Amino acid sequence: MMMRLVDADTITAAVKRLCIEANCNLPNDVRGCIRLFRKQERWPAARDVLDKIITNFEIAGARHVPICQDTGVACVFLEIGMDAHIEGDINAAVNEGVRQGYREGYLRKSVVRDPLNRINTGDNTPAMLYIDFVRGDRITVTVAPKGFGSENMSRIKMLRPSDGVDGVIDFVVSVVEAAGPNPCPPIVVGVGLGGTFDKAALLSKKALLRPLGDHHQQEYYANLESTLLEKINALGIGPQGFGGAVTALQVAIETMPTHIAGLPCAVNINCHVTRHVSEVL
Amino acid sequence: MIHHIDLPLTREKAKTLTAGDTVYFSGVLYTARDAAHKRLMELLDAGKPLPFPIENSVVYYVGPTPASPGQVIGSAGPTTSYRMDAYTPRLLGLGLRGMIGKGKRSAEVVEAMKQAGAVYFGAIGGAGALLADCIKAAEVIAFDDLESEAIRRLQVEEFPVTVVIDSAGNNLYLSGREAYLHALQQHTKH
Repeated sequence: MMMRLVDADTITAAVKRLCIEANCNLPNDVRGCIRLFRKQERWPAARDVLDKIITNFEIAGARHVPICQDTGVACVFLEIGMDAHIEGDINAAVNEGVRQGYREGYLRKSVVRDPLNRINTGDNTPAMLYIDFVRGDRITVTVAPKGFGSENMSRIKMLRPSDGVDGVIDFVVSVVEAAGPNPCPPIVVGVGLGGTFDKAALLSKKALLRPLGDHHQQEYYANLESTLLEKINALGIGPQGFGGAVTALQVAIETMPTHIAGLPCAVNINCHVTRHVSEVL
Repeated sequence: MIHHIDLPLTREKAKTLTAGDTVYFSGVLYTARDAAHKRLMELLDAGKPLPFPIENSVVYYVGPTPASPGQVIGSAGPTTSYRMDAYTPRLLGLGLRGMIGKGKRSAEVVEAMKQAGAVYFGAIGGAGALLADCIKAAEVIAFDDLESEAIRRLQVEEFPVTVVIDSAGNNLYLSGREAYLHALQQHTKH
């Protein structure tokens, strides 16, 4: 069996590029979705806020400056083909990419070394790194800088199986309502259902990587996403919490098998600056 | 209503502002977020002077990105305000007249604001590139080891904010949502 050899420096270079790109250029799917909701919005205060949000991402893209000052903690997802072999230290390569990207891109260093003794690491490392092994010999690198205004509003609940779909709906909507204006609405809502406590949280984060406009492959969950979006937007919180029709741009659900006794439900909230960019090596 | 206000913000000027109003600030703002607020409390505990005049000042909760060559400041939008709630009443007691951030405040902060005749403003969260254009000069005046979280003196021109909680305690987050839902209901009826 021939292994494809990939130098760790290639990973570093990709992570660096993607950190800068993600922070300065809002993805087209997010831009399109915000513009669509702006067209539909009737409430004056909401239209005004959405206009400014649109101007902001246009300025950021044109000047290549960060869209938001919270350039986030660097969430990095690697999908490594099982027929690829990385020569070098993968963790070190990813962190070096973050270090270079945040320095050379003039991005904010927002990571502290220790949660209680809060000294900034000075280079935005370490990345929050997730590695999955997949078929083939390609490596997909995804960088999703995550701001904490929205991260702080995220919640998880171990629902009972008897709570069922109504319990899920109630919990997700209650998390968004409690968050109110804090996470910079219009938001994107990632929902992780099933697995264990930790897996549900990871699923909810991965749900935020899904392009806006795409739905769950199963019709049942695609419909549940639509139901949740409708209920959330009926709250009237609106852009920035000043009232309006669009509180959320999308709800994305990811699921996996779980225990007979459980129904873990994680809600990861992202702001309107939902950043994610990938590259295949 | 739209106001153009030269800073500092006196009690008299603050009193004219109502939740939902748009304000364009010109003059000096001071930045402070989590770590800087903690340091300010330590200075007060030690009986030492604060690094900027607090009376009639407006504090902007922001940690900007580093300025690239030729820039005055990097992207500079507001951070979520509730994390400063624990420290805010003490600063309001010393004459702080306004805060710019985003998101909810605690009941204790609103009560202290009413007593101090202070106003809470919202800048658009996530609009850091746009807001940076209104900042004409920036200088670190304290805690430079905190980098992005250091206290900066900002010279701003026509810096756009919305009055979220006015000095009487009226709250746009409640009234704006209510007004929207009410209008929607009326619309559905007809």
